Amino acid sequence: MSTVLTKSPEKKVSHTVFLGLLTVIILIGGFNLLQQMQHIKVLMTLFAVVWGVGSTALLYFTLNSIAQTLPKKIRSVAVAMVFAGPAVILLFWALCIPALRSLWLSFFDATGTSFVGFKNYIFAFTNPAMVESFRNNLLWMIFGTSSCIILGILISVLADKSKHEKLFKSLIFMPMAISFVGAGVIWKFVYAYKGQGINIVEIGLLNAIMVGLGGESQPWLLIPFWNNFFLIFIMVWLQTGYAMVIISSAIKGIPGAIIEAAEIDGAGPFTIFFKITLPSIMPTVITVTTTILIFSLKLFDIVRVMTGGNYGTNVIANEFYLRQFSYGNTGQASAIAIVLLVVIVPVLFYNLKEFRNRKVLK
Amino acid sequence: MSKEKSSGKGARFGVAAVLILIVTIWTIPTLGVFITSFRDSKDIYSSGWWSVLPHKDLVKTGEFELPQDTDPNGLIVIEDHSAQFSEWRVGIELEEGRVLRWYGNKRSRKIEIFEEKWIGFGANLTLSNYRDVLAAGTITFEDASGNQITRQGNNFADAVLNSIAVAIPATIIPILIAAFAAYAFAWMEFPGRKPLFIMIVALLVVPLQIALIPILRDFTAWGLNGTFVSMWLAHTGFGLPLAVYLLYNYISTLPRDIFESAYLDGATPFVTFVRLVLPLSIPALASFAIFQFLWVWNDYLVALIFLGDKNRVVTSALAAMVGEKGQDWHLLTSGAFMSMIIPLVVFFALQRFFVKGLTAGSVKG
Repeated sequence: MSTVLTKSPEKKVSHTVFLGLLTVIILIGGFNLLQQMQHIKVLMTLFAVVWGVGSTALLYFTLNSIAQTLPKKIRSVAVAMVFAGPAVILLFWALCIPALRSLWLSFFDATGTSFVGFKNYIFAFTNPAMVESFRNNLLWMIFGTSSCIILGILISVLADKSKHEKLFKSLIFMPMAISFVGAGVIWKFVYAYKGQGINIVEIGLLNAIMVGLGGESQPWLLIPFWNNFFLIFIMVWLQTGYAMVIISSAIKGIPGAIIEAAEIDGAGPFTIFFKITLPSIMPTVITVTTTILIFSLKLFDIVRVMTGGNYGTNVIANEFYLRQFSYGNTGQASAIAIVLLVVIVPVLFYNLKEFRNRKVLK
Repeated sequence: MSKEKSSGKGARFGVAAVLILIVTIWTIPTLGVFITSFRDSKDIYSSGWWSVLPHKDLVKTGEFELPQDTDPNGLIVIEDHSAQFSEWRVGIELEEGRVLRWYGNKRSRKIEIFEEKWIGFGANLTLSNYRDVLAAGTITFEDASGNQITRQGNNFADAVLNSIAVAIPATIIPILIAAFAAYAFAWMEFPGRKPLFIMIVALLVVPLQIALIPILRDFTAWGLNGTFVSMWLAHTGFGLPLAVYLLYNYISTLPRDIFESAYLDGATPFVTFVRLVLPLSIPALASFAIFQFLWVWNDYLVALIFLGDKNRVVTSALAAMVGEKGQDWHLLTSGAFMSMIIPLVVFFALQRFFVKGLTAGSVKG
């Protein structure tokens, strides 16, 4: 690189032009080559990884070289734009502009051609499927989130007193590495139901326990209303580890001297928990709660895989998917997406306020 | 800190009991799927996975036929015990640990003998479920009654390769782009720096549903639907707010001196970035890398919409299998494990970095 800098300006420019052309050829040629490699899968995978990562790095190198050929006055701003530009452009393309385009589409009909006013929003708040989804999402947000938080706090506090803290926490945390689809299969197997009849052996764990305790096996995912809770438990299983890890690190941050002083004053473990631990970790608990609330609002995969939203278990994100991809109604789907965004806007402003208060940005 | 101060033996026992109970509930379902994935397809239909553990159970030890003149509608006497057909159908325990049971319908007149025995350790374990789930062509297996079933394989081998081709670039590309941007936001001056960064903070919580339809329209217009490039672009876009935010928090705390001395040595910002900033930021890069890799590998929604049935990744292949083969547990369980193995290895190997990234992203956000 230092050799490039010492070359004469003309040579530098011609080098840069050559580099630019080479970059374009590698980007376009590589893309076409990748499409041709479908039948040699292993090679294709290797090529995809090398080309994908390599061409991104090459793009920066080339853009930077071009910026370096510019006159000194504008060079530093140009280099800054090369560094920040791609991220900013991608964010505008992937999130900012789509939000506006979705808003625009939500006022149009199924194919996005004729204006329908607020019709899609009236649908979003009055359609029976949507009303059911709102109710269910409320269940997910209330019961799912509170279970994650309460269990997370309980496990953090108890594990802190245990010799095998790391092992316990690791095992609770493990589901974080499992996809919701994978978790769906795991729990579908737990809830498996064969039916009632003579000499039927239940292979699902929950029904085997039911039968073992003298009860009758149940089609857990078909029981109206309550089936929602069997789905919510899957999210609790997946997300408690997250709550636990964050809360646990907050608990470890409480100065030991405070707790020792309280113990000397004769405070019991419950007094210490409610008077010292809980108030000190409250800001963290609130952050984790909002994160999981947003998560349960957007929840899609678990319901999609377990019930497809049938039997009264539909949620907003699944109805969004159905409207767009089963009914082909872009207007209604966009209106649902906007509703999701509007619900999250208060959190967005809260984040911004917190961010300003902390003065991170120099 | 307070580990030695736990009050009394009883309290410690209570703590351990609650923890063990929770951990058991948390791990048993995964263990069940893991064990089932190695069991013979025929066994899976007829007994729970826990039956691989040693236990006492009724084992069929023989059978005999009743005389042809036995009236199935009246009282049936076998070994001095008389009962109705319906009772024999359920099975009657004639002596301790010996059960006679009528097999099939009334016409069969067949009685099976079951005796209670210790079984276990003799479980039929096999790798053929994994062979079948990886296969692309037709596969055959036995159901509970021993019938041969033929199915189309789900080609998990290709799905794993597709997942790798999606996940590795979709992890590294956003890190690279975010690191460049974080460095610019932290150490360079350019117009719009502050408002743009505030925009990034605002985008941290925006639900990606808002972007799916417009982006899908773009991909359709550009002919990118179903390609890996579309997945890299989408995941990069969705992952960038958190990536830039996390890396900014880290890179902005690097000491100013190192940049100044590099500048005095005549290094360009690009050289400084590659030679100094990237190596120094490895802990932060690793934290985000694990986070993003797990997120992309485990993602279903984005893959479902932008890849569709072309180039299926493991999550979409598994979800498709749940739809097509909802009762073929030997395939579902082995498929689930195929989809989990790589993220689990990454997770346990690099858990420390992952936890760091999570706490940085959440306590501060």
